Amino acid sequence: MKINNVILKTVTKVVIYIILTLAVYLFLAGHNSPGGGFIGGLVLSTAFVLLFIVYDIETIQKALPFDFKKVAALGAFLAVGTGFGSFVFDVPFLTQAFGYFNLPFFGEVELTTVTIFELGVALVVVGVVVTIILSISEDV
Amino acid sequence: MNNILVLPMALPVLAGIILIFFRKHIKIQRGISLGVMLINIGISIYLLNRIQEEGILRLDFGGWEPPFGILFVADSFSIILVLTTSIVAAICLLYAFSSIGKAHENMFFYSFVSFLIAGVNGSFLTGDLFNLYVNFEVMLLASYVLVALGGKKVQLRESIKYVVINVLSSWFFLIAIAYLYGSIGTLNMAHISERIAESGQTPLLTGISMVFLTVFALKSGLLLYYWLPGSYSTPPTAVAALFGALLTKVGIYAIIRVFTLFFYHEPEFTHTIIGILAGITLIGGSIGAVAFKDIRQIVSYNVVIGVGFILVGLAVGTQAALEGSIYYLMHDMIVKALLFLLAGTMIKVAGSANMDEMSGLIRNYPLFGWIFFIVMISLSGIPPLSGFIGKVLIGQGAVETGSYLLLALAFISSIVVLYSLLRIFLNCFWGETMISFEDEIPMKKGWIIPCVLLAIATIALGLGAEALAPYVSDAANTLINPDVYIDAVLYDK
Repeated sequence: MKINNVILKTVTKVVIYIILTLAVYLFLAGHNSPGGGFIGGLVLSTAFVLLFIVYDIETIQKALPFDFKKVAALGAFLAVGTGFGSFVFDVPFLTQAFGYFNLPFFGEVELTTVTIFELGVALVVVGVVVTIILSISEDV
Repeated sequence: MNNILVLPMALPVLAGIILIFFRKHIKIQRGISLGVMLINIGISIYLLNRIQEEGILRLDFGGWEPPFGILFVADSFSIILVLTTSIVAAICLLYAFSSIGKAHENMFFYSFVSFLIAGVNGSFLTGDLFNLYVNFEVMLLASYVLVALGGKKVQLRESIKYVVINVLSSWFFLIAIAYLYGSIGTLNMAHISERIAESGQTPLLTGISMVFLTVFALKSGLLLYYWLPGSYSTPPTAVAALFGALLTKVGIYAIIRVFTLFFYHEPEFTHTIIGILAGITLIGGSIGAVAFKDIRQIVSYNVVIGVGFILVGLAVGTQAALEGSIYYLMHDMIVKALLFLLAGTMIKVAGSANMDEMSGLIRNYPLFGWIFFIVMISLSGIPPLSGFIGKVLIGQGAVETGSYLLLALAFISSIVVLYSLLRIFLNCFWGETMISFEDEIPMKKGWIIPCVLLAIATIALGLGAEALAPYVSDAANTLINPDVYIDAVLYDK
């Protein structure tokens, strides 16, 4: 069945940017307030799922040629890899470090190594959720 | 800095993740997964020697001091088990290389074996009760995949049973942890031990200890072993060997840790219950081992007997008996892995799992037959093989405390083990050969070499028991004196 829902497609083109912005906001907010890698990743994957529903799977896979299993693996690698950073700096495993930096435009921001870990978590969530949904949809 | 402590768990995790990127490069997958196990063997030998000089080592994750942070603790007992796990895992991987088949290797088989080993090593090393739960889950999730991978009908049936029983016991585990946290207010294992010693082991705490015993009994197959023979006999041989050698041992480790570190104040009650359970397990396992004609079932019931035997050592609870349990744990991991590999190979060359349909295998495969003979006498405890020293020490402990009933059950079960394996030996290896030399499936080097290595390991463990004695007695000493553990974890002594 080929659906061609013009309204849904048009709305999606706008809404997708709102979802992506929210995902990035939640991801960065996560350190000291609600949010973080897991929630950011979930919201991010809803954006992908919306794209897969509104357009068909082949079109989106052409536009986003990722193997989402590998995205999840890359995320897990980042998350575990941050732990191994402790061997380089000779501190206990999983120690986090943070500092305040003056960035142009943003002003003073707190940058932490946890963000790298959270990025890994976000990628795992995106990879796993999209893989699950794609493999279920292939079954039907 | 003791960062090296985390490596036995973290390296397999990292390797498992990296292997996902090399899905199509099977040679690289094999190399990395085997390499990690070999590195782990090296690390654990190094750690074992360091513990003898510096005492118990610990690593506070993220620099959070106990009792607030999560930590890994390495005492001799944990590291001995990590060492044996790494050896067995490396050899089972060697066997998998030539037997598991491309379909499995393409479906992330080596990744999941790595995750399984990570969970097992993590469970041995952790010093935090909730972290123990997490490591159990890492191990179990990997094992769910390994049981179901392949998707045959019988696998599906057994994996559903396996998943349900383990989800249920994990749920009980969480409840037990919640009860304990509610009444003690801490999750650090050393801190729990200290608080229980301060407040005394009230009836409430003894009740909680029984919930823990139920959980770990389900996982280790102590009395509640009905799920075990089915789940362990369906997966491919290399996986079955890993399961038979490692998974129940993690449950046994947890029982020993919990009942020597936390709940050791009321041994008249708790250790008696463990003794009764171990006795019934020995009887039930023995009946199972002689009742079947399917060699996979016989081998699986031998695992059950081993569980009962090791826990007799804990129920008796003297230094000698615990040393015996530790020796027997190492022995059991090696020999059960070997037994599963042999049974799987027999089924492969004979084309049937029923021992009535096999005969005279020793004429076709002499070396193979003699290895089976070695396993048989090693399991029944004939010196100088590795089963002997464990049995003697557990027996000595039982005589010291006058637990003659357990002693009798334990040693009768050894005879049953001998009988059940002798039956296989007589039926399958002796007699007229049923495979003509033209039809004979050639024994691959990849099948026989892992068996030879494990056979060498059991002989070496038997002959080298003296060399291992300082490590084992240090391990048993820590189990008998929980203060050593508490001081090392909480007070940096």
